[in-house]
Amino acid sequence: MKTEVLLQALTEAPGISGDEREVAKIVRNYFVEYADDAYIDKFNNVIAVKKGEKSSGKIMLAAHIDQIGLMVNTIDENGFIGFVPIGGHDARVLIEQEVIIFGKKKLHGVIGAKPPHLQKPGEQNKVPPISELFIDTGLPAEYVKENVRPGDSIVFDSHCVELKNGRYSAAAMDDRSCIVVLIETLKYLKLFKHNWDVYAVATVQEEVGTRGASIVSYELKPDIGIAVDVTFGDFPGLSDRETVKLGEGGGIGFGANCHFGLSNELKKLAEEWNMPIQSEYMARPGGTDAYTIQVAYKGIPALQFSLPLRYMHTTVETIDMKDIKFMARELALFISKLDNYFKEVTP
Amino acid sequence: MINVLEKYSNAVGPSGNEWEIRDIIKEEIADYVDSIETDFMGNLYAYKSCGVKGAKKVLLIAHMDEVALMIDSVTSSGLLQFQTAGSIDPRVLVSKRVVVGKNKIPGVIGAKPIHLQGRGEWKSPIPVNNLYIDVGAKKDSEVQELVGEYAVFDTKFKYQEDVVFGKAFDDRAGCAVVTHILRGCDDEEPYPVDIVAVFSVQEEVGLRGASIVAERVKPDYTIAFEGTTAGDVPTTKDNSPSTEFRKGPAITVMDRTTIGFRELKEAFEKIAEKNNIPYQYKRTVTGGTDIGVIHTKGGIPSLVISVPVRYIHSPVGIVAVDDFKNTVLLSKLVLKNFKEVL
Repeated sequence: MKTEVLLQALTEAPGISGDEREVAKIVRNYFVEYADDAYIDKFNNVIAVKKGEKSSGKIMLAAHIDQIGLMVNTIDENGFIGFVPIGGHDARVLIEQEVIIFGKKKLHGVIGAKPPHLQKPGEQNKVPPISELFIDTGLPAEYVKENVRPGDSIVFDSHCVELKNGRYSAAAMDDRSCIVVLIETLKYLKLFKHNWDVYAVATVQEEVGTRGASIVSYELKPDIGIAVDVTFGDFPGLSDRETVKLGEGGGIGFGANCHFGLSNELKKLAEEWNMPIQSEYMARPGGTDAYTIQVAYKGIPALQFSLPLRYMHTTVETIDMKDIKFMARELALFISKLDNYFKEVTP
Repeated sequence: MINVLEKYSNAVGPSGNEWEIRDIIKEEIADYVDSIETDFMGNLYAYKSCGVKGAKKVLLIAHMDEVALMIDSVTSSGLLQFQTAGSIDPRVLVSKRVVVGKNKIPGVIGAKPIHLQGRGEWKSPIPVNNLYIDVGAKKDSEVQELVGEYAVFDTKFKYQEDVVFGKAFDDRAGCAVVTHILRGCDDEEPYPVDIVAVFSVQEEVGLRGASIVAERVKPDYTIAFEGTTAGDVPTTKDNSPSTEFRKGPAITVMDRTTIGFRELKEAFEKIAEKNNIPYQYKRTVTGGTDIGVIHTKGGIPSLVISVPVRYIHSPVGIVAVDDFKNTVLLSKLVLKNFKEVL
């Protein structure tokens, strides 16, 4: 399957934290095409296995399957739906978003905004808190109440669009674009001889505290765990120190959360092969699956490898397809050489 | 019947750049009118005579333009900066898809991730000057040619039960109502008046197009068709609800630019009641329409009839289908019975 089609299918599949069943099935179907086997565990983590020639070690690549979303908490007497955030949201992003409510029926709705004509002077200088926002389905109250209940999941109605220069924008690029990295890595691994067993894992509940990664780390007990997640792309108002550039390769993490030897080897390898890679320096552990993997079980050497992404946690998260390809090739190459590295780098 | 509204809503037509929507309207009305012309500003005129000498001339007007963004510069990193054309609350622009220029280049308006924001930054709205359209360009030379082009929201029309979602219902809803009235010209029971339908330009930047229409048409009466604020939603509880969903077409008693002509207002009320068609009054006095620059040009009895629309001037609005249909039905009946009621 073409990578672009894969990216579109995965970013448009619904699956907020804790409600990943639908997207898990879709991801499993893609995983089995390129791995020996793939299964869904009872928390909806999707685990693909690709055996190595010698099975001399186990490496886990983890990208999270969940996306930030909303949950219905109230339905007022006129059928307007109140909600609470699941994951980190900026209220300013929510205004006038189209959403899908997964009630008894799937309903379309919009988070309404008061038109300028009805505003009081100065109102545009304030951001309404999330508790004052509401979803309008346009439908009569009885109909809404019949089909929607508090607790129902709400997902942004995402459309993946292609921009110039092979860049793509959609909601849920965080972190479905990295599930594409995993699938592309599996594709490359068909071409590379590798001794280690590879576990490509789509983890649940990352956005609410990297919980799926903990569950699978104990399940699989890998020798190395790499969190493949997104990181901050360059944008006016952000400094070069806190961002990486789109189209110039993945960001390899350096710092407490990342096994220094492995980070170094991946970086050196990319440079030897003339493949673009960027460095991210993080003195403190970040909020990705690597945070949890590093201290799971008896401790697992962890690495963070990140896809540059603009506008994180908005509905227009933007990535560069080239970075997906670079990262996948580098990961496959890295995996094929693990027997050489691992002895040297393990303290 | 809703397919005309769908086509109009999906079409592009920023204030001052209405060519695409104008071409589409022309196509939709061509078979039903005697002649069509366009003036130098871009207003579209359609004429349909009833063939009776001395018949009254009724001007039906709806504006084609929609609120939009105009690209005025590009950054060295290839992001587009813009002004708003028409009244847009900058808060609705964050995290939206747009299409830019004649070739409809896809773009997105992003924002700084919440993770990297300073303390309390999320409490202040992002001003237009700090918003950018990202079309995927890497440097200014790739997008320099887009300066001067317009961007509109990339919103696709959708049906859901008895409502529709889409952009630019202000005033494509009005354009669609006028289109259906024109299509009624060939009904068995003709309108006993000469009709001039005008689809005006630049309403959203100050009623500019309509300003030259009165002198060119010299109508006996004018009826403007609008998509107006439906305020029956939680955030507007502190105001009067303006208009409400599923309560039929809204008659404007008074807004910022005009007071509805009493006899015309009474004609709509009378026909609605006789035919059991629901109607309501617009209960705020805000907002202006093309009538404002028409009725004083020599004294032309005028009235505004509106389809209630939730969330006008934003990426996504909602219309109740029955309100739209009842606006068409009532307006056609008033015109057909024009001699009895006026």
